[in-house]
Parts: sequence; structure tokens; C-alpha cells
Amino acid sequence: MAGTSPAMTLKQRSSPVTELTHLTIAEARDGLKAKSFSASELAMAHIAAIEKARALNAYVLETPEKALAMAKASDDRIAKGEGGALEGIPLGIKDLFCTDGTTTTAGSKILGNFHPPYESTVTRNLWNDGAVMLGKLNLDEFAMGSSNETSAFGPVVSPWRREGSNVGAGTSGAIEGNHLVPGGSSGGSAAAVAAHLCLGATATDTGGSIRQPAAFTGTVGIKPTYGRVSRWGTVAFASSLDQAGPIARTVRDAAIMLRSMAGPDAKDTTCADLPVPDFEAAISRGVKGLKIGIPKEYRVDGMSPEIEQLWHQGAEWLRAAGAEVVEVSLPHTKYALPAYYIVAPAEASSNLARYDGVRYGLRENGKDIVDLYEKTRAAGFGREVKRRIMIGTYVLSAGYYDAYYVRAQKLRTLIKRDFEEVYAQGVHAILTPATPSAAFGIGEKGSGDPVEMYLNDIFTVTVNMAGLPGIAVPAGLDSQGLPLGLQLIGRAFDEETLFATAQAIEDAAGRIKLPQAWWA
Amino acid sequence: MSVDEKTVRRIAHLARIAVTDAEVPHLQGELNAILSFVEQLNEVDVEGVEPMTSVTPMIMKKREDGVTDGGYAEKIVQNAPATEDNFFLVPKVIE
Repeated sequence: MAGTSPAMTLKQRSSPVTELTHLTIAEARDGLKAKSFSASELAMAHIAAIEKARALNAYVLETPEKALAMAKASDDRIAKGEGGALEGIPLGIKDLFCTDGTTTTAGSKILGNFHPPYESTVTRNLWNDGAVMLGKLNLDEFAMGSSNETSAFGPVVSPWRREGSNVGAGTSGAIEGNHLVPGGSSGGSAAAVAAHLCLGATATDTGGSIRQPAAFTGTVGIKPTYGRVSRWGTVAFASSLDQAGPIARTVRDAAIMLRSMAGPDAKDTTCADLPVPDFEAAISRGVKGLKIGIPKEYRVDGMSPEIEQLWHQGAEWLRAAGAEVVEVSLPHTKYALPAYYIVAPAEASSNLARYDGVRYGLRENGKDIVDLYEKTRAAGFGREVKRRIMIGTYVLSAGYYDAYYVRAQKLRTLIKRDFEEVYAQGVHAILTPATPSAAFGIGEKGSGDPVEMYLNDIFTVTVNMAGLPGIAVPAGLDSQGLPLGLQLIGRAFDEETLFATAQAIEDAAGRIKLPQAWWA
Repeated sequence: MSVDEKTVRRIAHLARIAVTDAEVPHLQGELNAILSFVEQLNEVDVEGVEPMTSVTPMIMKKREDGVTDGGYAEKIVQNAPATEDNFFLVPKVIE
């Protein structure tokens, strides 16, 4: 294969543009329009990069033939002066989005060899705008996890390494050393974007699954307002919390992608009938006159001093750019994570009841139908998923429903009210750290106590509980050379202010230099 | 609140997940760790607070009651582990 690798041809022919994979979406869009390169060349460069990066395990399925066919169609449209907002842009798709005729696994064994006979609304919207699919990206099983370690297809290796770490490409083609996690659940998406294995990726966020991996990998990720993006055709985890969004390398790229992904959808009754603003236009608005809140409850015990320092720095940057920075209070913050670990498993236990070995996916035969269900689900689900289904089943069971589930939903009302009160004081957006720490190593967290892993989402989960938009933007490196991110939380359906504010942080922090391809 | 081994087995059965004897103590420990973590919600006075039913204010979308999709049974069953004449096959349920 290496001898016929299309990227080699490209490299030989046009060495100044060998780094097609290092373009931003905006740059690629302009280059395609100016015919500096073709969509096919862009796709081929990515296919070659993906082949060389298999040891990272970011893709669970590569679809090079589909990519080349879609790129060819884009080239034809571009030649005719046609084309959509993402014409010819190669993207990776988190394997939670159903793709017509292409295996969709949700990172689980239980879906078996599932070929959806339909396309999710998000991916349909992207293809309608001309985007090209490179493949399906690894994730925590059913998006349940914060490190991509629960995937049935193995963990993803972060392209980032601590300074002086022993991680490297081994002679056997595997990665050697104690490598870092890319975060989760959208670990494949974040790793692929950071490692230049796509120009952008789709992701989903139920408690932080877009923003935490984005923060761990020096990429930009936005979870839009609940209802901004259709959930139709996306494998459900917790329906009242799940939202899809993009992970990209710049704020502008995230804005470009979200505009294509979002919009009303008659197939999802919780999808808002609101027009999609031009998010890209919003990034140049600046932050003059904006009031940015700093919530004192996010100063948690044991937070790394580097994160604390970064947070101060972020506030200073926004002040210098013309925003007013004020301290605010969100008193119920500490209850968001425990309430989440009732609400999310409860909804998951209901949503995942459909995996029964009858209609699709894996089947383990049993002596009767109940035995078939129990054996199928025991064999098909991984440990974390079983644990969450069981917690959900317990908190919804007779005698415990009021004590757990109803109480958690009342807490959710209080958490949302906290935000509403802050916004009513004229605050436009809230600045917090994205994560309590930088990326950690494989196997370092949660092996004994699952709650240790859950604490990763302490700053992000409030946003899902309140249905608000949140964006993670890279803001610097820690003393070990690992990226750290800041989070901005906005008013419902005001992603535009988030993009404008995140752009101000990106401008002040400078774009993070992503790792060289040490794995290739 | 915490769960004992018997409760773990009952929950597993309600969730239709077979568990082995060896798994039960692990599951019990993990479930109790989570239940003890969520215990802190009891500190909060929720008297008079409405439980959340919709995270964004929205009115349920409605449409005319009509057939808008369907007519492709073979597509519906194409991923099933066992089918016959576009029906899903399961072990005998009624004696």
C-alpha cells in the first residue's frame, strides 16, 4: 500500500503544500475555492495520515473509498462553481452518529455488526453542505467515560506527551510507554483533530464529553444549547442532557462546523425551531461591553495552582480586551455532579433497554426470552455501562424513585435557577476552568472507585444540567507541556457570545502548537 | 443508603443483565461508592421546588396525525440476529 500511497504523489508534486492536513477548515475552504488544491488531494493527504497513525487508535473504522468518492463529487461541484459551506472538507465522525450503510458501534460490542439503514440528522446536514467522511472515531462505550478507556475497541492514545516522557512509537508499530488519555467520551474526535487526522470532528456531550477532551488535547469544543442540534439518529445516552457539537482546531472552525450541524428538525421534537445564526460572523464581534462572570464556587479544593493561575489569566485577557469581569455566585454547583449521577444513569437505563438481542446487534441464546436478554446484555455491555444501567435501574425502582430521581430533578431546577439569576444581573457569559487537571495517564484513574473518574466533569456537568451552551478553548500549557483549557458558559441559544469571547481568548493566548507526528 | 448482595442481584435482574457470583461483590462496592457520593443531595432543602421536566422552555411539537414514513419491513429487520418473513424471531414465549 505504501508504494501507491496517494499522499506520496502529492508530496512529490507539490512540496510547499505537503501540510494539507495542517490547514484549518477556514484555510482549506479558501484553498479549495481558489483551486490551490482539490478536495481529492485534501482527502488523500488525510487518508495517508490516518494510515500512519493507526497506533493512536483514534479511528475505529476508516472509510477511504467513501472519502474519495465524496471528495470527487465535491471537486465536480467546485468545478461548476457550486458547493456548500463545507464543500470538500474532510471530517471524522464520532461513532455514535448513525451513518447510512456504514457500521456504527457506539464503542460497544452489543451493537455487533450494526449497519444503520438511515443517516443521523447531524451527519446528513454535514454531507448536504459538502463535507467528506474520513471514518468513524473511537469513543467511550455509549459515550460513558472521561478517558476513552471504556471503549470496546480499546483506548485512544493522546497525541500529547508529557515533557521527558517515555512514550514513543515502538518498533512493532505499537505505542510504547505510559501514554496519556485524550479525555472522553469524544476521545477519538479530540485525538484525531489534535493529531491532524481530520480538519474537524463531530462529538457529543452529556456531561462534558466534548469540552473535557478538547481541553486535554489543545482543541476547541462547543456543546451547544440543548435543542440547538438535532439528536435524531445519534445513539442515545441520556436524552435530556445529550447534545452534539464540533471539535476543531480554532474557534472559527468550530463556528463553521456548528452552523452546518445545527438547525430545526421535525424528527426530533426537542430540537428548537430557531434559525441558525452565522456563528462565524460572531467571532469578530469582540468582547467590549460584555460582562463576564467568575463563579466563586468553581474554586474547588485540590484544584491545581496552574489551573487557578490560568483562570486568572483568562479573566485578565478578557478585561484587557474590553470586557467587565465580575464575581458571581452559583450556589448549587457542588450538587450538579451527584445529581447528574442519578439523572444520567436513570435515562441511560431506559434508553439502553432496547439492546435486547432481538432487533439488532449481538445475541446470546438462552433457555427462554429472559435468559436470552440477560445473557446478551451481560456479554455485550462493558463494566462501566453495566454499572450505570444498574444505578439507573435502582434509582428508578419502586420505593427509591422519590428519594433519588425526583430529588435530583429538583436539584436540577435549582442549578438552572442559579444560572438564570446570574444572567438576570446582566452577565453575558461565565468563565471557568474546563477541567480540574491536565490529561492523566492510562489506568491512572477510577480503577478502584468510579467516582474518581466522574470528578473530571465537575466544571462541565453543570452546563448540561442547565441545558446551556459551553465552549472549551485552549489557553496555555502546564509545566509538563500539556494543554489546559478554559470554559465559557453562555445564555441559552446565545452561542454567538461564546464564539466572540472564545475568540478573544484564542487571540490573547495564541494558538496552541500541536504535537509533531511522533507516532508516524 | 447502601445495597446488599441480594439487592445487587435483584437490580441486575430488573436490568436484565446476568451477573456471576464473582461479579456481585465488585458491583456492590462500586454501586455503594456511587450511592454514597450522591448522598450529599440530602443536605439541600428542596421543599417546594418543582422537579425539572424540560431543560429549555419548549412546547411539544405536534403535527397532523398521518403516515409519514415506513413501508420497508425488510430494512427494519435487516440487522436482526434472527428473522423469518420480516418478523423478529425469539424463543417461544407462550406455552
